Amino acid sequence: MKFERYGKGIAKGLTVTITHLFRHPITTQYPEQRLNTSRRFRGNELIWDNIKCTGCSTCAKACPQGAIQIITSVNLGENQYKVEKYEVDTGYCIQCGLCVESCPFDALFLSYDYERAKYRRQELVMGKEGLLLSDKKQLSAYARPKVEATLPKQTLLLNRDKVEK
Amino acid sequence: MAIKTEPFVINIGPVHPSTHGVFRMRATLDGEVIVDLEPVFGYLHRGIEKLAEERTYTGVIPLTDRLDYIASMSNNLAYVLAVEKLAGIAVPERAEYLRVIMAELQRIAAYLVAIGAFLNECGAFFTPFLYMFREREKIIDLFEMVSGQRLLYNYMRVGGVSQDIPEEFLPALGEFLKQMPRFIDEYDRLLKQNEILLARAKGIGILTKEKAVNCSVSGPVLRASGVKWDIRKADPYSIYDRFEFEIPTGEVGDCYDRYRVRIEEMRQSLRIIEQAMEQIPSGAVKSEVPHLIRPPVGEAYAHIEAPKGELGFYLVSDNSIAPYRCHIRAPSLMNLTALREMVIGWKIQDAIIIFGSIDITVGEVDR
Amino acid sequence: MIASPSLNLEHYWQTLPPDWPGGFWWHWLVLTVIIIASVLTLVMGYIWIERRGMARMQARLGPNRVGPFGLLQPVADAIKVLIKEDIVPANADKIVHWLAPVIAFAPALMIFAVIPFQSGTAGRLADLNIGILYVVAIGSVSTVGVFMAGWGSNNKYSLLGAMRNVAAVVSYEIPLVLAIIGVVLIAGSLSLNQIVLAQDIPFILLQPLGFLLFFIAGCAEINRSPFDLMEADSELVAGFHTEYSGMKFALFYLAEYAEALAISAIITTLFLGGWRGPLLPPWLWFVLKVIIVFSVMVWTRTTLPRVRIDQLMALAWKFLLPLALINLLITALEVLAWPEALPWVMIPVNIAIMVVLVLLWSRFFKLGWGRVEV
Repeated sequence: MKFERYGKGIAKGLTVTITHLFRHPITTQYPEQRLNTSRRFRGNELIWDNIKCTGCSTCAKACPQGAIQIITSVNLGENQYKVEKYEVDTGYCIQCGLCVESCPFDALFLSYDYERAKYRRQELVMGKEGLLLSDKKQLSAYARPKVEATLPKQTLLLNRDKVEK
Repeated sequence: MAIKTEPFVINIGPVHPSTHGVFRMRATLDGEVIVDLEPVFGYLHRGIEKLAEERTYTGVIPLTDRLDYIASMSNNLAYVLAVEKLAGIAVPERAEYLRVIMAELQRIAAYLVAIGAFLNECGAFFTPFLYMFREREKIIDLFEMVSGQRLLYNYMRVGGVSQDIPEEFLPALGEFLKQMPRFIDEYDRLLKQNEILLARAKGIGILTKEKAVNCSVSGPVLRASGVKWDIRKADPYSIYDRFEFEIPTGEVGDCYDRYRVRIEEMRQSLRIIEQAMEQIPSGAVKSEVPHLIRPPVGEAYAHIEAPKGELGFYLVSDNSIAPYRCHIRAPSLMNLTALREMVIGWKIQDAIIIFGSIDITVGEVDR
Repeated sequence: MIASPSLNLEHYWQTLPPDWPGGFWWHWLVLTVIIIASVLTLVMGYIWIERRGMARMQARLGPNRVGPFGLLQPVADAIKVLIKEDIVPANADKIVHWLAPVIAFAPALMIFAVIPFQSGTAGRLADLNIGILYVVAIGSVSTVGVFMAGWGSNNKYSLLGAMRNVAAVVSYEIPLVLAIIGVVLIAGSLSLNQIVLAQDIPFILLQPLGFLLFFIAGCAEINRSPFDLMEADSELVAGFHTEYSGMKFALFYLAEYAEALAISAIITTLFLGGWRGPLLPPWLWFVLKVIIVFSVMVWTRTTLPRVRIDQLMALAWKFLLPLALINLLITALEVLAWPEALPWVMIPVNIAIMVVLVLLWSRFFKLGWGRVEV
C-alpha cells in the first residue's frame, strides 16, 4: 500500500518558508541606502560636448523618436560649422542610446543619474545651456569605454545575497 | 420539478487583479460552470507595426523591446535575425555566443515571472512570486551591467550586439550559474508536491495533443500537451545546433504540466549557458554595417523560440532605409485562441488559473 | 436566605468573589475594561505580527517607517480608514447594512468573557459552568452578520459570496464542536476554568488528532488562508464586504483579526494549558501561547495556496467529519474503559492513531476532481 499526498508536500513547503525567516531580507531602504547602478547606465539626460561637436546631426537622424533638434549654420569666414540650436526633449526621449552610439566624434554622452524629477513638463526640454558638459554632471559609460574608470562598480544582488548550500 | 436556469454573462474585466495586463474576458455562466468564453483585447494597441514603417531598421529595435516587455532580448533577437536574413549580413562568432547567452538568460527570467504569476493566482499569497523575483533581480543586474537598462535593453544590433561585455560579467555569470540550481530546488520543495496545488492544478484545463496542434499553439503550452516541438531543435537559428540540451514535455496538458515544463526548461537553459560560457571566443562583436541599412528588395521571415512560444518577424523591404512592412507573429495571441477550448466546462476560479498558466503578455497580443 | 424566585440581589452580594474588594459590579467593570482594551491592543499587535512575519518569510522587510519597527502601522491604518468616506449603496437596506458590521464584530469580543488568563477569580470575567458551549454559540452569531452584509449590499455577487461563506462556516462547525467534545470528555467539565485546571499535561499530547481537526476547522471558520476564498484578491467577486468603506470596513477587518485572536485563545485554553507554566506570571504565559498559535496561522497563510469552494466543502464533510467522529469514539472508549490509565499511556496511543488515520484517509484524495455536478 503506497501512501502519498498525506501532507508531506505541505510540510516541505512549510520548512522552506520558516528557513527564510532567519535569512537577511534583501530589501534596500531607499533613500537612506542606495545601490550603485551599472557603469553603462542610461540615465535620462543627455550631455553635450560642444567643442567636439561639429553639427553633423547624425544623432538626430539616429533617434527613433525624433527628440533631438539641431540647426547648424555655416560660418563661411572661418570655414566652420556653428551649432545654433541644439534641443533635446528629454521627456520624449526613450533612453535607447542610439544617438550616443552613432556620434562619430564622441561628443554626446548619456548621464549617470536618474533622480531628475521636475514639476513642469516644459522644464524637461533642454536647450544648449542645459545640455553642456560640466564637472557637476556625471557621465555614463554607455558606448564610451573611456569613462568607465571614473565610475564605481555596480552592486550586484549576487554578492549581497550569498547563501550557503 | 427542475429549476429553470438561464445562462448569464459575466465580465472578467480589463482591470485584472492578476498581473497579466489589460485583458477582458466575457464568460457565459450556467450556474457556476462556464459555457462560453470570449476574449476581448485591444486595450493596449499602440500601433507598433505601423510605427515600424517610419523608423530606420536600427530605430525599430527599441520598438521591438516593448512588444513582450518581460522578455525584451528575445524580441530584439527575432527582429535582428529577420533583418540579417533580408540583407544577407553575417554575424561574428563572439556575437553569436553573446546572443545565445542573453537569450537563454532572458528565457529563465521570463519563466520566473510566468511561474510566479501562476502560483500567485493559485493563491499562495505572493511568496513564490517574491522568491522568483529575487532570482530575476539577479539576472536583471547582469543585464544592467551589459546594456545599462533593466527592462528594455535595446542590446542586439543588425550584425551583432551593440557593445562587448565588461570584464566582470563572466565571473558574475559563473556565480549565478552556481547558485541557481539550488534555488530551483527550493521552488520545487516549496510547491511541487503541495497537495492543495495538486488539487487546484492537476487535471484542470486539459489541452489534448490534437487540439494543441490544430490551434497552432507553441511554446511551453504545446510541449506540455506532449508534442516535442522546439524551434531550437527543429529549425535551428543562430548557433543552437552546437549545444546539447533536452526538450522536456508533459503528458496530459493540464495546468500542472505547464508549470512543470517551465521549471524543467529553466534547468536546460542553465545547461546551455554553461556550454556557451566555455566555448565563447574572442573577437569583434559587431560586423561592419552601414549606418543606415538598405536591404535589397525582398521579404524575409525569421522565427525564434521565445519564452512565450514561436515569435516571428516578417519583413518586406523596398530598398529604402525603413521597412516597407513589418508584421509580428505574436505567440501570446496564437496561444489565446486555445483558451476557449481549455476553459469550457470548468468554474470561474479554474478559468483564472488556466488563463494564468497559458502566460500571455498583453503587449504582445495587442502590439 | 433562600431567596424568592424574584430578584436575587441578596444572593449576588453574598456570592462575591472573596478576594475582590468592592463587590460584583466593580469586578465586572474593571475586567470588561481590561478585556476590551487588551483585545483591541492585541488585535493591533496581531496585524503587526502578520505583516512583519509574512514579510520576513518572503525575504523582504515589513512596514518599518511608522514608529519604531513599524509598531504604529496598525494605528496609521486605523486612522486612514476612519477618515474615509462612508458610502452606502442607493438601494441597499439601510438598517441591515448598518447593523451588519456590528453583529459581525461584537461576538468576537464577547467570547473573551469566559476565557481565563490568570488563576483565580480575577482571571476571567465570568466562570460559566457551560463555558465552552457559550463560546461555540456566540461564535456562530457572527455568521449572521456576514449574511446581513451580503444581503444589505444590494449586489448579487456579494450575496453569492455571503451564502458561500455561510455554507462553509456551517459545515466546519461540526468537526469543530466534535473536536471540543473530546477535550471535554477528558477534562470532565464544560467550564473553561476547569479545563485549564485539569491540564497537568497539555491536552495537545492527549488529543493530537483533536488539535489538528480544531486547527483546520478553526482556520476555515475565520476565513483564513488556505480557506480565504471569500475575500481573495484573485477571485472574481470580492466577497461580502465589497460595498463597505470607511469605519464599517474597518470593523469587518478588525472582526477577522479578533476572531483569529479568539480561536487562538480557545486553542490555548483547550489544548495548550491556558495560563499554566512555571516562572513567568500567568497572563504572560497566556499571551505568549496565543502569539505562538497565531504565528503558526501566519506561517500557513504564507505558504499554502487557496482551495476551491467545492474542495472546501469536500474537506469538511469527507475528511474532517469522519475523523472527528472516530476521535470522539476513541476518546470516549479511553475515558470509560481506562479511567485510571496513566496519561503517559494515552499519549503514544493517540499519536499513533492520528498518524494511521491521516494516512488512511489520504488514500481517498483523488486528483483531477474539478468536474462539477450542478
